[in-house]
Amino acid sequence: MDTQTVKKTKEVAAKTERITGSEAIIRCLIEEGVDILYGYPGGAIMPVYDELYKYQDKIHHVLTRHEQGATHAAQGYARISGKVGVAMATSGPGATNLITGIADAQIDSTPMVCITGQVFSHLLGSDAFQETDIVGISTPVTKWNHQVTKASEIPEVLAKAFYIAKSGRPGPVLVDITKDAQVSEFDFKYEKCTGIRSYIPVPKTNPEAVKAAAELINAAKKPMIVWGQGVILGEAEKELKAVIEKAGIPSAWTILGASALPTSHPLNIGMVGMHGNYAPNKLTNECDVLIAIGMRFDDRVTGSLDTYAKQAKVIHFDIDPAEIDKNVKTDVAVIGDSKDSLAKLLPLLNKNSHESWLQEFKDLYEVEYEKVIKNDISPTKEGLTMGEVLKQINIETKGNAAIVSDVGQHQMIACRYADFNITKSNITSGGLGTMGFALPAAIGAKMAAPEREVVAIIGDGGYQMTIQELGTIFQQQVPVKIVVLNNEFLGMVRQWQQLFFDKRYASTEMTNPNFVAIAEGYYIKARKVVKREELADAVKEMIASKESYFLEVCVEKEDNVFPMIPSGASVSDVRLS
Amino acid sequence: MKEDIKTLTISIYTENNIGLLNRISAIFQRRHINIESLTTSQSEIEGVNRFVIVVNISETQAKKIVGQFEKQVEVIRAYYHTDEETIYQESGMFKIKSALLFEEPQIQNIIKESNTRIVTVNKEFFVLEKSGRRNEIESLRRDLNVFGIMQFVRSGRIAVTKDEMKVTEMLLAFNNQ
Repeated sequence: MDTQTVKKTKEVAAKTERITGSEAIIRCLIEEGVDILYGYPGGAIMPVYDELYKYQDKIHHVLTRHEQGATHAAQGYARISGKVGVAMATSGPGATNLITGIADAQIDSTPMVCITGQVFSHLLGSDAFQETDIVGISTPVTKWNHQVTKASEIPEVLAKAFYIAKSGRPGPVLVDITKDAQVSEFDFKYEKCTGIRSYIPVPKTNPEAVKAAAELINAAKKPMIVWGQGVILGEAEKELKAVIEKAGIPSAWTILGASALPTSHPLNIGMVGMHGNYAPNKLTNECDVLIAIGMRFDDRVTGSLDTYAKQAKVIHFDIDPAEIDKNVKTDVAVIGDSKDSLAKLLPLLNKNSHESWLQEFKDLYEVEYEKVIKNDISPTKEGLTMGEVLKQINIETKGNAAIVSDVGQHQMIACRYADFNITKSNITSGGLGTMGFALPAAIGAKMAAPEREVVAIIGDGGYQMTIQELGTIFQQQVPVKIVVLNNEFLGMVRQWQQLFFDKRYASTEMTNPNFVAIAEGYYIKARKVVKREELADAVKEMIASKESYFLEVCVEKEDNVFPMIPSGASVSDVRLS
Repeated sequence: MKEDIKTLTISIYTENNIGLLNRISAIFQRRHINIESLTTSQSEIEGVNRFVIVVNISETQAKKIVGQFEKQVEVIRAYYHTDEETIYQESGMFKIKSALLFEEPQIQNIIKESNTRIVTVNKEFFVLEKSGRRNEIESLRRDLNVFGIMQFVRSGRIAVTKDEMKVTEMLLAFNNQ
């Protein structure tokens, strides 16, 4: 690596030892506290796997059934633990198979380090067997990436990789290491990276901006908070709660912000966005001050920007200066770490309550309850609904489970109806919307937090995108609970076809295999529910199980998820049917 | 209200690392912004490179992409400037048949009046170099085109700003931490 990229290192008189690049990789991982990694071996990474064999008492390698599974498992691990997830793959197809997970981690700010093997450096650019330009391919979807061609570069590059992945706004980093760098020897020493001169991970909070924010909030008659994952990543849950309670502000969350404040909190007014709750969407266009905390005004949240919260003064708290004014023009920007910024805001806030304003949210909730929620969670019609499955899971887990959802209708239902008592409990693919995410992500989540109940909620479509990871669950004996809500459709696409494409169900109906037989083929306990009477017992049995458990619930084929903001419409045009 | 599209000069101070050009160009590519010219070289600070990129975009767009550049780990600072805020130049080279220098006396007048420099002359061809604003180089090209140009090449813009950019201070502050 070019020495001009100066890093500040701890002043440690580290001893050197002559070892191979491969051993150095493992030793660096151990130095960074990595005790588990997800991956798939192949030709260009074999020297590293050979070293892993020697270090298997220190690092547990999980052989996923596909490299994409390795990245999602690493993401699940990172999302529930707050630590860096690590995935490893060989060159060429192994490396390119990581890309979906890397892109997912990039948009959802998940700390992840991916290590890929690469062909010998003298073969680079020669179209050698299993050679791809993975650094070029991964550039737009990584926070940072680098190719190592000399063993001696390994410690510094990996130290930087971990520092960049987890600091500031986290993200995925890819380090590509040529085979000659893996096999050659050098004098190893390791120093953790603590700073890079061109990189300011956490900008300092400007006290003037905090003061201006407090003044706006104190003067507001109808303030509303929308918080996002920045609160969870910044571990600012306590500070958020204190701010909300002191100023009495109705507070909503984005899909990745879910679980930072318990669902049952009286000022928690639900989810914003395309399938969010009626009240916070509708009243976004009536609040006088909108306080965005650690969220990025994604188009799924804002709908049409032309009509989004135009009446409101906007305060934006974010660690990433590039998010300020990116989509929504702000009146006050508080750049910095959410924990620090909110702690500084708290003493400047007046104690307040906004009872009549909060009542407006409650009134609209009643409207949503009557028209949507009641039918979703306590249906009277014959077919099973996705909402009642979630309700049953809430009952059995007492709202303490980590819910890992895939992408589609069931995801929206899971986020809407799961009870979250504990932070970091909603693990889902928010920004990229990656079908196939949940099954491997649940593996990583359960391995990172074995004490927690981890329930994966997956649709029949997404399940079949990474179904092979049942093999990982079986081999690793990960006691994850898998619920497939089977409507024999790509449900969300079908819903759009129904509403916007004249019910032309082009290629969305699925003829599904015997899911129970497949799970049993992997020696996983399995049960299928088709009738309401069986549901409660089946969920109870699943949660009581000490082992992994597969539950298929056959739900209404053509159920829709409401409320819904049609794509490109205003948030106040949210539909209830 | 639609904002005015302006010619803006973007300056990006970076570490001198492989792959950074790819990262920077990807930011333009994702936003469908066409690069008018791109120059990269060592800056006034040792070990620090500077990209000078000319684009035609609105100032709002410029603010947003500067934010995206600064997000990159190896970007030290990024700025955008209007033409009025910078002193800028380009350079053009013209290869012309030597015989024309004697057969077309008008060429000698063009060279003299436009302050164009003769880089080299040999039996087959001579080479002219002209530095200046784009329109000056274009005007010279139009004048010479009449006689025939064997080869023409124009550099990207190089620019310095009228105001200070304080990159050195920033780096010093880091080193003194």
